[in-house]
Amino acid sequence: MKIKDFRKGMYHGMPIGLGYLSVSFGFGIMAVKSGLTTLVAALISASNLTSAGQAAGVGIIAAGGTLIEMALVQFTINLRYSLMALSLSQKLDKSFTLPHKLLASFGITDEIFAVSAGRKEKLTPWYMYGMILVAFTGWVTGTVLGASAGQLLPQSVSAALSIMLYGMFIAIIVPPARKERSILVVIVIAALISILFRYLITVVSGGFAVIISALAASSAGALLFPVKGEEESE
Amino acid sequence: MELFLYIVVMALVTYLIRMIPFAFFNKKIKSRFLKSLLYYIPYAVLSAMTIPAIFYSTGNMISAVAGTVAAVLLAYFGAPLIVVALAAAFSAFITGLFF
Repeated sequence: MKIKDFRKGMYHGMPIGLGYLSVSFGFGIMAVKSGLTTLVAALISASNLTSAGQAAGVGIIAAGGTLIEMALVQFTINLRYSLMALSLSQKLDKSFTLPHKLLASFGITDEIFAVSAGRKEKLTPWYMYGMILVAFTGWVTGTVLGASAGQLLPQSVSAALSIMLYGMFIAIIVPPARKERSILVVIVIAALISILFRYLITVVSGGFAVIISALAASSAGALLFPVKGEEESE
Repeated sequence: MELFLYIVVMALVTYLIRMIPFAFFNKKIKSRFLKSLLYYIPYAVLSAMTIPAIFYSTGNMISAVAGTVAAVLLAYFGAPLIVVALAAAFSAFITGLFF
């Protein structure tokens, strides 16, 4: 059962791993441009496994920011993982004991969350490990490749590659939005509020803007289209 | 050494944010509102992260819009994640050559 789950997780992790391989290539390029070595870039990717947070972190290192600023920025940008972790905590299999939770939580990323949340079945530790291993390998490998070979690429190519991360986000949200009108509405509200922050309420930093937009949009969704809970039938 | 400290702070904060709610929240959420909120959160987060940031991602708004349109179209027709991401980069690249 463990091996079966692990394999299934790896299989579901393949597109994530491939996506990460190319997206983290961009991160590697950026890290080297900011004056970091390939080894340091790889260390950051291996210990953080997050896109937006790492990009902001490298910016702070390059600018010589304080450790407190680093902690606050990571907290803000990555706070969404808390909401995702909370959401996943609701559908864990009984085999998910505390040590497994301590280990698997390291790998909660936007994409791993999206795939895990989309599963009908309860989540098992080995399923998540399989998916995380493939995603992790892609993320770290891409970072190393980007950091070491990135400078060889013409600027036009590396600029185009920086859109990939967002392309991946679009690939995650559009198909469910097509199936469920409620998700479409939530996505549109979140985008509109986010645009408002970008152009009108510019005092709010990017990380906080994402959190506020997301909470407001999903609250609206929860009020307008409450989901039918499984527990209701009990 | 200072570089190492930066990385430790980054990694630690990021890990705790993920671990604490995942490992130490064991209750089943009964509230229908909260359940619904958690159901919509990921889509809302990704949408807010993508728009309008995607339009600035390539440093050239025209190529970024071309990449976005390609991604939305392919995602709409159910193309796999990696295909959508590569198509976005490819069409941003091609458009960037002309504009």
